[in-house]
Formats: sequence, C-alpha cells, structure tokens
Amino acid sequence: MAETNQAPAFDLEVEQSHKWYRRPDVLVPVILVVLGLSLLATVPAPSGRFTSQFSPGRDVAFGWDYFFHLLPQMLRGLYTTARATVLGFLIAATLGLVFALLRRSQNRFVSLPVAFIIEFIRSTPILVQMFFAQVLVRSVDWVSLNPIVILFLVLGIHYATYASEAYRAGINSVPKGQWEAAIALNLDPITKWTRIIVPQAIPNVLPTLGNYLVAAFKDAPIGDAVLSTAGVLFFANTIRAEDFRPVEPYLLIGVGFLLVSLPAAWLVRRLEAHIAYERG
Amino acid sequence: MRTNAAEPGLNDLSEKGAASVRFRSVDKAFGPLTVLEDLHLDVEPGERVVIIGPSGSGKTTILRVTMTLEHIDAGTIEVGGQHLYHEPTASGTLKAASEKHIRKVRSNIGMVFQHFNLFPHMSAIENVMLAPVKVHGVSRDEAQHRGMELLDKVGLKEHANHTPGQLSGGQKQRVAIARALATSPSVMLFDEVTSALDPELVGDVLNVLRDIAEEGRTTMMLVTHEMGFAREIADRILMFDKGRVVESGPPSQVLDDPQEARTRSFLGAVAEH
Repeated sequence: MAETNQAPAFDLEVEQSHKWYRRPDVLVPVILVVLGLSLLATVPAPSGRFTSQFSPGRDVAFGWDYFFHLLPQMLRGLYTTARATVLGFLIAATLGLVFALLRRSQNRFVSLPVAFIIEFIRSTPILVQMFFAQVLVRSVDWVSLNPIVILFLVLGIHYATYASEAYRAGINSVPKGQWEAAIALNLDPITKWTRIIVPQAIPNVLPTLGNYLVAAFKDAPIGDAVLSTAGVLFFANTIRAEDFRPVEPYLLIGVGFLLVSLPAAWLVRRLEAHIAYERG
Repeated sequence: MRTNAAEPGLNDLSEKGAASVRFRSVDKAFGPLTVLEDLHLDVEPGERVVIIGPSGSGKTTILRVTMTLEHIDAGTIEVGGQHLYHEPTASGTLKAASEKHIRKVRSNIGMVFQHFNLFPHMSAIENVMLAPVKVHGVSRDEAQHRGMELLDKVGLKEHANHTPGQLSGGQKQRVAIARALATSPSVMLFDEVTSALDPELVGDVLNVLRDIAEEGRTTMMLVTHEMGFAREIADRILMFDKGRVVESGPPSQVLDDPQEARTRSFLGAVAEH
C-alpha cells in the first residue's frame, strides 16, 4: 500500500473490510448448510408409507440384518423431519427478529401484547401447542392445512419466541457508545438498525440460534405423534406395529438423530470460535 | 433497504459556516442529582469554548444535551438560531419538537467521544462515508473522495481500509474526528477526546484539533483536562462546578488570575499532576 503514496490524489483502492459475514471461511459452511437444507425443503416429500418385507423370527430380540434393512426407510422419515425443521426454523429466525424489534417498540400498545405473546408461548409446552394447533385447524372450516404445514408453523412460532429473546440479548449487548454514535451522526432509524445495530448483534446471536435449530430438530417428532406426519418417529411406530420389532427401529432413529445433531453441534462450536476470534 | 435519497433539509453538505449555540435556563437532573441548573450560556459562531471543572460537575452533560444524547428537563437550546428541543407554533409560542425537527437541527452538530465509538465492523473510510451517504444523500464516489481527503487531513490516508481493531487509540480518535467532520457540522463537540489515550498519542490528536480551530469554520466546544492545550486553543474558558458556571473568561484570566476560590482550588489540584 506504500507504493500508492507517490501517486497523485486519492487513488487508494477501497477494499471490502473483513466483516464476519464477508469472510469465506465463515460464509462457505453457512451457505452450504443453508443451501443444502433449503434444497431439502424444496424437493417433494417421499410417500409417507413405511412397510417391511422382512419377517425375522420371533425369538430374536435384536438383529443387525434387520437393523440395516430398515435404514433406507428411516432416512426417508428423517428427511421429512429435517424438512419440517428447516422450514420451521426459517420462520423462527425471521419472526424472532420481528418479535424482538416489536418488543422494543416505544409504543406500549405494541410492546406489551408482543411481550405477553412471547412469554405465553415460551412458558407452555410445544406438545400442548401442537394439539391446540391441530384442533384449531380442524375446527375452522375454511382452513385446510397439510399436517406437515401445521408442524413447521408450530415449530416456527414456538422457536421464534426463543429466538426473539436471543436477538434481544444480542441487541442489548451492542455497546451504548454505538447507539450514541448513531445519534451523533444523525443516522435515520433504518440505517441505524441495518448498518450498525443488527450487524453487531447477529454474531452474538448465531451460536444461540444454532443451538435452537438442533433443539427444534429434536422437537419435530412431536408432530409425528400428534399430527401423524411421516417423520422418523412415525416410521418407528409403523414398523413396530407391523413387525412387532420395536428395538431396531427406535435404536435406528437414535442413530439418525446423532448423524444430524453431532455435525450441527460441531458447526455451531466452530461458529462460536470464529466469532470469539473476530472479537480478538 | 432505503436508497440514498436524503431527507429534505438534510442533503446540503456544503460549508454552512460556524453557528452560535445559546442555552437559556437549561435544567438537567438524573433522578435526585442535579447536573445542570439554570444554565445560561452564549457561544458565538466560530468561538472556541473550553469547559473545565471537576468530574461530576456537569461539563460533559452540556455537550451531551447539545448532541441530544440526553434530553433537557427545562429551558431551551438554540443552535444557529434554531431551537433544538422546541418548534415555534403559529401563535409564536414554543412546543416540544418533533423527531423530524430535532434531526434537522441536529444535522448541524458533530461530536467526538472520549471512547471514539467507531463502528468496529467497518473500515476507517466506511466509518467516515456512512453518514454522508446514508443521511445526506451524497454519492458513494463523492463521499469516498471527501472521506479520503479527511483521512489525509488527520494523517491516516494509508489506514483507510483498516478496521478500528487494527488502529491505535490515537489513530481511532483521529478517524472519529474525520467521521464527525464528514458532514461539515457548524458546531463540533469534543468530549474529553484525549482522556482515553496513551500520553504519547495525545499530541497527534491535539494537532488535528488545532487544524480545525485554525480553519475557523466551526464553533468548537471542548471538555478537556489538558490545561496547556486549553490555554492555547480557547477563546474563552468556562469553569464549571455543581451544574453552574463558576467563572468564565479568556484563558489569561481564568487560568492565570482566577477570581473564584473554587477555580483556584481546582487548578491547584490539576497542577499537582
């Protein structure tokens, strides 16, 4: 950069600064995950029927042959579960930010109801909310929703309330001096939020959001139990009912969750380490 | 996302020239603690006023209420003849100002903070360009050109692409000054801008302040503990204590021949360091 000094006037190239969201080593994994999961979300769902052509002897409690024989069907169920999780989480991440901003509103007619809704949803079990949503949809004539839609809507709204608290903490962690600098530069509210506050809040929020994504994934089978969506739990229940062999399918879905949760947890930890590094 | 369309009344970045600041009966309290009490103060266009006084005397609060970081409890403040916290009504009385009115008057004021408050996720040049582009509707090219000029002026042209984390305290503060100058404010407020710096870095920042003072295009209000610098730069020194102006006058009078006992004891305490 020193050689540009003798050149006339100000010809210094303005580079992109090293913001966390512009760094390839952060962006590539994030984009891969988002793209992969979005792709997953758009591909049509497999048929919801699980069947078994394998009839093991009654006296065998556990068999590896049978275990691996079930694997493709389990993956189909896992796919459905993951799809609902991803769609739900996209709702949660966006709606959560909206909730967080509305809750900060100066207008009490906005902030108090939103605060109440958040606290209400956060303090009631998602299992109960799932039943409630099902009853609600059934009782309203002009609404007809696919169970999978009900599932990801409930997941999305439920986790939006948690995400909103994470966003709120992230926003509050932006130092007071940054808000004051925004006033001193006379920034309008939109510039203040989009250029100053949210970019500094998001890195604080990402690890928490990642953990909620994993948590939402583990809550998604509730939809199988309540709404009969064709996810992993529905798979295991079907196999148990048809073959009277519960050990292998339930063990198999445990493995399925592990396959997804472990890499996800690893990604979240990497993200945390990156953000800690950015902070110096 | 909004585009670069500026709000009406905010897009003129040409030199507006220095403006006066008038405080009338200004009160400010934090709970039971009164920090400004019936403050009357006239700062003339282009005047350089240095405010000194013990900590907790309210001297920083004068700057903060002028920047609207804290709102006043009573009284009025005028900047360049326009009320900051009030709008005149049709009948000639004053009413509380709308956010829009405050923003319009506030666009004449710039402030530099003790702890810089640079945006850590933006490079030096991006810090400087943000307000001209987003608030005043200046094109990116023009803002960048002017931003580089300002960074050159504070001696940091070659650091334009560095983020605040890559700069020393003194460099950060000079970027912060360039950022405040980028909107050509008529009034500049400097709140203990050298207090957080290592002693050997103070000189560069004071040199930049000298340059601004020499140009004489802005009214300057400075809170500082650098008495030698205050003597050199100030047209007038205000000694502040317990929310009131104790003594006011040119440096030769207030610093060399203080009339008030409170000023003498404060200067004595400062001189011991």
